[in-house]
Amino acid sequence: MTAYIAKRLLAAIPVIFGLTIIVFLIMAMIPGDPATAILGSYATPENVEKLNRDLGLDKPLLQQYVIWLTNLTHGDFGRSYTMNRPVLDEVLERFSATLILAGTSLVLCSIVGLLAGIVSAVRQFSWVDKSITFVVLIGISVPSFWLGLLLILVFAVNLQWFPASGMYAIYGGGDLPDLLHHLFLPALTLAVVATGVIARLTRTAMLEVLRQDYIRTARAKGVTENRVIYRHAFKSALVTVIPVIGIQAGFVLGGAVYIETVFQWPGIGSMLVKAISTRDLLLVQGGVLVVATAYVLFNLAADVAQTLLDPRLR
Amino acid sequence: MAEVVATQPAGRRSGRPDSLRLLLNNSLATAGLIVFGLIVLVALAAPLLPLPDPDMTEPANRLIRPFEAGHLLGTDALGRDILSRLVWGTRVSLAVGLSATLIAAFFGSLIGLVAGYAGGRVDTLLMRGIDMVMAFPYILLALAIVAVLGPGLLNALYAIAVVNIPFFARNIRGISLGVSRREFVDAARLSGKSHTQILFVEVLPNVLPVIIITMSTTIGWMILETAGLSFLGLGAQPPQADLGSMLGDGRKILFTAPHVSIVPGLMIFALVMSINLLGDGVRDVLDPRLKSGALTRPVARTAVMREKQPAAAAIEGAVLDVRGLRTEFHIGGEVYKAVGGVDLHVGRGECLGIVGESGSGKSVTAMSIMGLVPTPPGRIVGGAAMLGDEDLFAASDERIRQLRGAAVSHVFQDPLSTLHPLFTVGDQLVEAIQAHQPLSKSDASAKAADLLKMVRIPNPAERLNAYPHELSGGMRQRVCIAMALANDAQIIIADEPTTALDVTVQAQVLALLDTLRRERDTGILFITHDFGVVSAICDRVAVMYAGKFVETGSTDEILSSPAHPYTAKLIDCVPVLGQPERRLDAIAGRPPVVNRLPVGCAFAERCPRVEADCRAGPIPLMEFRPGRAARCIHPLIAGEPYV
Repeated sequence: MTAYIAKRLLAAIPVIFGLTIIVFLIMAMIPGDPATAILGSYATPENVEKLNRDLGLDKPLLQQYVIWLTNLTHGDFGRSYTMNRPVLDEVLERFSATLILAGTSLVLCSIVGLLAGIVSAVRQFSWVDKSITFVVLIGISVPSFWLGLLLILVFAVNLQWFPASGMYAIYGGGDLPDLLHHLFLPALTLAVVATGVIARLTRTAMLEVLRQDYIRTARAKGVTENRVIYRHAFKSALVTVIPVIGIQAGFVLGGAVYIETVFQWPGIGSMLVKAISTRDLLLVQGGVLVVATAYVLFNLAADVAQTLLDPRLR
Repeated sequence: MAEVVATQPAGRRSGRPDSLRLLLNNSLATAGLIVFGLIVLVALAAPLLPLPDPDMTEPANRLIRPFEAGHLLGTDALGRDILSRLVWGTRVSLAVGLSATLIAAFFGSLIGLVAGYAGGRVDTLLMRGIDMVMAFPYILLALAIVAVLGPGLLNALYAIAVVNIPFFARNIRGISLGVSRREFVDAARLSGKSHTQILFVEVLPNVLPVIIITMSTTIGWMILETAGLSFLGLGAQPPQADLGSMLGDGRKILFTAPHVSIVPGLMIFALVMSINLLGDGVRDVLDPRLKSGALTRPVARTAVMREKQPAAAAIEGAVLDVRGLRTEFHIGGEVYKAVGGVDLHVGRGECLGIVGESGSGKSVTAMSIMGLVPTPPGRIVGGAAMLGDEDLFAASDERIRQLRGAAVSHVFQDPLSTLHPLFTVGDQLVEAIQAHQPLSKSDASAKAADLLKMVRIPNPAERLNAYPHELSGGMRQRVCIAMALANDAQIIIADEPTTALDVTVQAQVLALLDTLRRERDTGILFITHDFGVVSAICDRVAVMYAGKFVETGSTDEILSSPAHPYTAKLIDCVPVLGQPERRLDAIAGRPPVVNRLPVGCAFAERCPRVEADCRAGPIPLMEFRPGRAARCIHPLIAGEPYV
C-alpha cells in the first residue's frame, strides 16, 4: 500500500509540472505589454524597458519559464505589488483560511450527501425519496452567492444568530467557538451544491449496487437488511462516489471564491478577485498555482481512499 | 407535424415526436419546459414590451420597494426600474449562457470526436491536455483566464466556455471511441470515404444524443457561472448589466434594500432550475439507462400476494414441500407467468433436479422458495412452501431472515458476481456464520477455516484473507458451497452452481456436493439445464417448460425412457463420450413467451408428435406409473422412435 501511495505521489509530479506550464502560458498570453499593464499608461519608455529587464521579460519564453520555475522551487513566487510582500506569504496565509472553510464544507457535503443518497435509494419512490430528489435539484440550481445573501438576511440581520461576515470577531474573538460561529453560514452555503451532486450520485450508485448478485447472496445468507444496505451495498457505492467527492473538492475550492466574497472570508478566493481587479498578476499566478496543487493532492487522496476500499484496484 | 404524426397508429411513429411525448409525460420536465419557455419568450420580446428604459436613472425615485409607485419590482440605487432591468438582464444572461454552451460543445465535441476516432497517439495527446485542464478547479481556471483577458462580459463568456470544453471532450470521446470501432465505420472506411466524411457522416450522428445530453446538463451551470463572474465584478461592466452584475450591485445595499439583490437572484435560480428540470427530462428520454425510474431497487423479500391459502397435503418424509407455486412478473402492464403452478418436494439427503432451458422458470421456482425473486417486478401469487410444518410464504420477514442461510441455504451460478468483491472470503464466511450463531469473531474465523477445509480448499487459514478475485472459478464456487454449509442447512438450493465452471472443475464440484449431502444428510434442490449434470447427482428429476413441470420421475427412469417429447429432446442434447457420430440436435424454435401462453400444451409448436387435441385445452400432469408423471397426452413409450 505504501508503494502504491508512493507511486501515486510520483505520478502527481508531472501533473503539477503541467499545471505550472499552463499557469505560466496563461500569464504569458497577456495581451499588450505586461510592464505597461503594471506601470500604467503614463509610464516612461525607460521605466517600461527597465521593468521588462527586471522581470526578465526580454528573454525567450522558454528561458523565462525555466527561471520562473527555478524561483518557484526556491519558494520565490515573486512579490505582490499591491500587498507589498512576497506572494507566497500572502497566498499561504489566505489559503489556510480557505482550507478551513472548504474543508468544513467538504466534510459537511460528504456526510449529508451520502446520507441523503442512501435514504433516497432505500426508500425509492416514497415521499421521502421524492422530497430529497427535489431539494437536491434546488440545491444544484441555486446560485450559491445569492443563497449566501439570503442566509445573511435571515440568520445574520433578522435573527442575529450568526455574524454576517469575517472569520473572527473584531473584539475579543479568536478562539475556536468564535471561528465556528463565523464558519457556520459560509460553510453551509458552500456545501449546498456539492451536497446535491453527491446525494444524486449516491442514490444512483446505491440503486445500481442493490441489484447486484452479491446483494442477493448477502440476503440469502440471512444477513439483516440494515447490514445488507449499510455494509454490503454502501461499501460498493462508496467506491463509485469517492472519486466524485474528489472532484467536488475542486468545485468547493472554486466556489469558495463566491462565498468568501459574500461573507468577506479572508481566504484565497476573495484575494484572487481583488488581485484580478487590481491586475496584481503575480498574486493571481501564485494563488491559482497553490489552489490547483491542493486540488491535485485532494484527488490523489481520493484515489488512495478508493484503492483502500477496492482490492481489485491494487 | 406533431399532431399529424400523433394520429398515426401506434408503432409507426417516428422517433422525434415520440421523444417529445415521453418528455411531456414527465411532469417536472414539462414544468421546466414551460418556465424556461416563458423566460425565453419574455427575454426575446423585451424590445416590444411596454417597459421603461432599463438604464434611465431617476435619483428622486431611488430604492423604491416592490409593488409601489408604478414600479412593479421597485427601483435600484440609481432609481432604475428593476423589472425592466431584469428582463433585459435575463436577455444578456441567456445569450451569454447559450453562446458559452455552444462554443464549449463545438470545441469539446470536436476534440472528443477526433480523439475517439483517431485513437492511439492523437487520443493520448489530446486527452492528456484535457486532463491537464481538468486538474484545475473549474472556477479557478475561469478566473485565471479572466485575469489575463481583463474583466468584461465577453471575456467571462470565453473563460466559462473554455473550462467546460473538457466535459464535452471526455463524454464525447468515450462514445466516439466505441462507435469508431463498430462494423459500419469499418465498412465506410473500406468504401473509400475520407476520415472527415466518416467522422461527420457516420460517427457524429451516433454521438449526437450524448452531445445534447451534455449540453442540457451543462447549460444551467454555464449560466450560473457567468452570472457568478459578473457578480464578482469580472463579467458584465456598467452600463451593461446581466443578472449576475445586478445581483452584485444589489449586494452593496443588501441591508437597506434587499429586494435589489433578491429579485435578480431569484431570476437566476428560476432560470437554472427550469433548465435543470428540462435537462433531466431530456436525459431520461435520450438515455433510458440513466432514467431514475428504470433502476428499481429490489426489496429484501419477494412480495407475496396469494388469493387464497392452499390446503397443504403433507408428503411423507419431505423436508421441503412446495405446492401449487405461482410466481409472476408485472412489468409495464404485462403479466409474465414465470411459474404457473409447481409442486415439488425434497427429502433428507435427497437431490431433486429441475431441468429446463433458459427462461423456463426453473430459477424463479428456486428463488421463490426463500423470497429471493426481486420485487419489483416479481410477486408470488399462489401456492405454499412448507419447510417442515411452516409455510414460508406466510412467515414474517424476520423469520425468513433467520431461516435463510440457516435451514435453507443457496449456491448461485456465477461465483465471481455472487461473492462480494470488496470483502475477503473470510469476512463473508464469518458473516454467514455470525448471522445465525452467537460465536465470537475468532471462533467464527476458526469455523470458517474448517468449512474451507471441508470443501477441500488447501491452506484454508491463508485463503480466509483472500479476496474473491484472487481465487480461481472453482475455488470461488467451493467458497460459496462452504458458505451454504456454514449453518448445517437442511436444504441447499443450488441454482446452476456448475454452469460457469469448466468441465473438470464442474465434475469436482458435483462430486463434492454429492459427498457432502450424503455425509450430512442435506437435501438439495438442484437447478440446471444440463442432463449430463443431472445424471451425476440427482435422485429425481423434474423437467420444466414454460413455467410448468412437464415430466417428473427418478433420474434413471427418465434418462432411459423419457415420456415427454421435450424431455427426450433435452436428453438428446447431451454429448455422450465414445459416440462421436451421435447427432446433437438443437430443439427447433423457441419457448413461448410467458405473458402469452397458449391454452393447450406449451410445447406443441416445437413438438414432433403434436396432434390437434394437444392445442385444445390445458393438459394436466398425469401420473402414468407410481413416481412417474408427464404432462402429455401422446407420451413416448419406451423403445418407440419419436421423430
